Amino acid sequence: MHSEVGTTLAEALRDELSLTGTKVACAEGHCGACTVLIDGVPTLSCITLVHTVGDAKVTTIEGLRDHPMVHAFVREDALQCGFCTPGQIVSAVALVDATPKPSTEEIRHAMAGNLCRCGAYPKIEEAIRTWQD
Amino acid sequence: MARLIRTEKEVEGRYEEVWLVVEEDALEQWPAGPREIVGRPATRIDGLERARGEAVYTADLKLPGMLHTAVLRSPYAHARVARIDLAPALALPGVHAAIGPGELDVLVEECGFQGVAVAAVCADTYAQARAALAAIEVDFEQLEVLIDPDEAVARGELIGEPRVRERGDLERGLAEADVVVTGEYRTQVVLHNSMETHQAVVQWLGDSLEVYISTQYIWGVRDEVSSSLGLPPDKVRVVCHYMGGGFGSKNEAGDFTFIAIELAKRTHRPVRCALTRREENLASGNRNATIQRLTIGARADGTLTALGGDYVNATGWGGWSSPVEGPMQMLYACENVKTTTWAAKINQPPMKAFRAPGFVEGTFGLESLLDVLAAKLDIDPLELRRHNYATNDAADGRPYSSKNLLECYRRAEPHWERRHEVRARSTETVKRGVGMASQIWYGGGGPPSYAWVRVGADGRATVVTAMQDIGTGTRTAMAQIAAEELGIPLAHVTVSLGDSARGPFASISAGSSTTPSMGPAVRAAAADARRQIEEIAEQRGTPDAPLGEIVGLLEDAQILGKGGRGPNPTGMQVLTFGVQVAEVAVDVETGEIWVDRIAAVHDVGRVINPLGASSQIEGGIIQGIGHTLSEHRLHDPRTGQILTTSLDAYKLPTFADVPEIVSELIDEPDMQLTNLGSKGLGEPPIVPVAAAISNAIRDATGAEVHELPISREEMLRALRAAALKEKVGAPAGI
Repeated sequence: MHSEVGTTLAEALRDELSLTGTKVACAEGHCGACTVLIDGVPTLSCITLVHTVGDAKVTTIEGLRDHPMVHAFVREDALQCGFCTPGQIVSAVALVDATPKPSTEEIRHAMAGNLCRCGAYPKIEEAIRTWQD
Repeated sequence: MARLIRTEKEVEGRYEEVWLVVEEDALEQWPAGPREIVGRPATRIDGLERARGEAVYTADLKLPGMLHTAVLRSPYAHARVARIDLAPALALPGVHAAIGPGELDVLVEECGFQGVAVAAVCADTYAQARAALAAIEVDFEQLEVLIDPDEAVARGELIGEPRVRERGDLERGLAEADVVVTGEYRTQVVLHNSMETHQAVVQWLGDSLEVYISTQYIWGVRDEVSSSLGLPPDKVRVVCHYMGGGFGSKNEAGDFTFIAIELAKRTHRPVRCALTRREENLASGNRNATIQRLTIGARADGTLTALGGDYVNATGWGGWSSPVEGPMQMLYACENVKTTTWAAKINQPPMKAFRAPGFVEGTFGLESLLDVLAAKLDIDPLELRRHNYATNDAADGRPYSSKNLLECYRRAEPHWERRHEVRARSTETVKRGVGMASQIWYGGGGPPSYAWVRVGADGRATVVTAMQDIGTGTRTAMAQIAAEELGIPLAHVTVSLGDSARGPFASISAGSSTTPSMGPAVRAAAADARRQIEEIAEQRGTPDAPLGEIVGLLEDAQILGKGGRGPNPTGMQVLTFGVQVAEVAVDVETGEIWVDRIAAVHDVGRVINPLGASSQIEGGIIQGIGHTLSEHRLHDPRTGQILTTSLDAYKLPTFADVPEIVSELIDEPDMQLTNLGSKGLGEPPIVPVAAAISNAIRDATGAEVHELPISREEMLRALRAAALKEKVGAPAGI
C-alpha cells in the first residue's frame, strides 16, 4: 500500500482497499462508527493516520464476518439502519475478547463511544450479553 | 380492476384531496392475533449483510471516474455575496468544475441562514475539492439578522398565513371553568443526525440520469429531479438499496443532489456530493424550536371546558409550519378550543419533518399543563385523561377507524401504580417520581402503492416494489406478509426494493406510513399470485396440491402477481394512540436527572413483526430522551450563527442514557383499514416521552419544567420557583 501523507486509516481502508464495511459518520472521532482493532485495541480509524499504524495488525469488520457476535446482533435485532453496526460489532468483539462475560456496567462502559441514532442500544446490550448462545 | 376515486391523502398531518387510481382490494382481513408468520417475531432478512458491513450504502458507492464535491456554504446567518471569483479554484490540481450563484437554483447570492449553499467545486479527490473551495475568493456583505421568533411574528415575517383552528367559543369555555391554568412552554431545535449524512452519487448515461441517494422517498426524488430538469420522469432512475437513517430529514432531493447533477453534466463524469457531519448539522433540516402559550379551563370534576393555545413555530428561512397545535386540537374531548399557529421566518436553517413533527413539541406543552391542572383539581392524572376521553375525532367529529386508547390506559395501570413505591425510595437529595402522558398521531398511510410478487418453479417468491427500507425493517415486514399469504416459509421470500426503474410506485417512508401503505399492496400481490397458482392446480385436476408441487411444473415460467393499496375508509379518522409512564430520579442539589424506566403501551392496529416493533419503540423512546434531556442545537442570539455542529457539542443519547424500557402493543387489527388492519409505528413512541418525563419530574419534586431540554439550569430554575411558591404562595411559572 502506498498512501499519501495525511491519509487516515479509514480513508486507506475504504478508498484504497475498498473495504467499505468500516463506516465513517462524523470523520472527527466523535461517534465510533469507524472503529477498527489495531493489535486488538479498538481504535477510531477516522482520526488515525495510516502511517502511524506501521506493522500493527488491523482488524476490520471484514475480518469478523463469521464472528458469533455478528449473528448475535442479527438474532437480537441489535441494528436498525445498520450504519453504525460494523463499528458497534468491532467494539463489542474487543470487549468480549478481554471479558467474555461482561456485566451490564462493563458493556455500557465499553460501548459508550459508539453512537447509534436509531437507538438500538438495549438490543446491542442483549446481543453482547448473549453472544456465546 | 383499477378504480378512480377521490380521496384524502395525509402525510404527517398535512392533508390533500387527490384523484387516485386504486386497485380493487377485495381481500378479507386475517383474523386477529399471531398467524403462522405475520404477528410473530422475525429477525431482519437483511440483518446479516448490514451487520457484516457488506450492504452498500450511498456512502460506499464508488463509480469509475467518480469526482468528489465540496460545497461552499454561507458562514453568516444573513449575508449577500458581494463578490465571488471561482477562477483560483479552477486553477488548482485535480479540479474539474466549479459553479456559483446564478448557475444553479440551489446556489444563492442572498444567504438567509448559515449553511445555505453558495458555490461548489468537484475534483478527483475530496481533499482536492476542499483545497479548491478554500481558494475561492468570496466577499460577503453581512445583513441584519432576525433571530427572535416572537419578534418575527410581531414584524409579520411569516411563512404562510397564521393557522387558526377554532371550535365552540373559547371565552365561553373559560367562563364556564371552575379552574383555569396557563403556562408557557418552549422547545428547542433538535437535529436528526442520521449516521449516514445526506448524499448522492449521480451519473448521466446519454440523456438519462442515474441518482444514487440516501433517501426516504425514491419516487419523490425522481419527480423533483425530473420536473426541475425538464426530463421525462422515467429518464431519471433513483436508487437507494440501503440507507443510514433519515428520521424525516431525507424526504426531498436536497441541494447536494442538484449540485452533483449539474457538475456531472459539466464534467461528463459521475459525481458524488456528500455532506460532512458539520454541514449535516447546519443544512440538512431540524425540528424547529417552538413557543407555546397555553390555557386550560376545567370544571371541578375535571371536565375540560376550554383549550387555548398560541403557538409560534420558529420555522427558519424555509420549511413549513408543523402541526404543533395538533395534540390540543385532537387529544381530548372539549367543546371550546382555539389555537393559532404562526410560522416565524427567521435567519436560521429551515426546518424539516422530524419524527412526528409538531406533535412531539405540542404534546410536551399540553400534557405538562394537564398535570398542573390535575394537581390543582386534586384528580389523579390518569383519571383526568380518562374523564376527557374523545369517542369521536375531537377536532371534526369524524368516527375513528379504530381507537384502543382506553385499553392502553388499562394496561398502563400496573406501571402507574408503581408511583407510590417509587416515591417512597426518595432520599433527602434524590427525589423520585412517576409521570405519564398520552400519545396521538397519524400513521394510517394511504394509496397509491403497488407491489409485484414473482413465484418461480423452486417455490420461492420475490416481492418487487420500488420502496425503500430506511432501517425500520420494512424488507422483513413485507417478506412476512408475502410468506403468510402464499403459505411458504419466510426464508423462501426475498424482497427487491430501492430502485425506481425496477419496481412499481411505492409510498414515501415517512409519516409512519410504510407498513400501512405498502403492506396491503404486498398482500394483494401475493394473493393474486396465490389465486393464479390455485387456478393452475384446478386445471390440472389437483386443486388441493401444495404450492410447491404446482409451481414445480413451471420450469422457467413464473407466476406474476400484482397488487395495489386500496383507499382509506371514507369519512373516518385513522390515528394511532398510546400512553407512556416514566420513572425519574432528580438530584435536587445539582439538578441532575436520571430516567430509570419508561413503560410504553401503543395501539397501532395489527402488529406484523413484534421483534422489529419493539426495536422501533425503544429507538423512539431513546430519541425522545435525547430530545428531553440533552439535545440542543445552540445558536448565538446576536449573530444567528450555529454553535453546535459536531457530535461532541451536540449531545446525542449514548448507552449510558438508556433506561429500562418496557413496551407493549395492543395488536388489535383496525377492521376498517385495508386488508391488513395495520398502522405505522415509526413515530408514535417518540411523541409522549418529553411530557411523561416532565410530569415525572413534577411528581418527584413539585417543580414545573417549562423548557426543553431540561438542562440542569432549567431543572434548578424550576426547583427554585417551586420552593419560592411554597414559601410565599407565588404563582407558578416564575
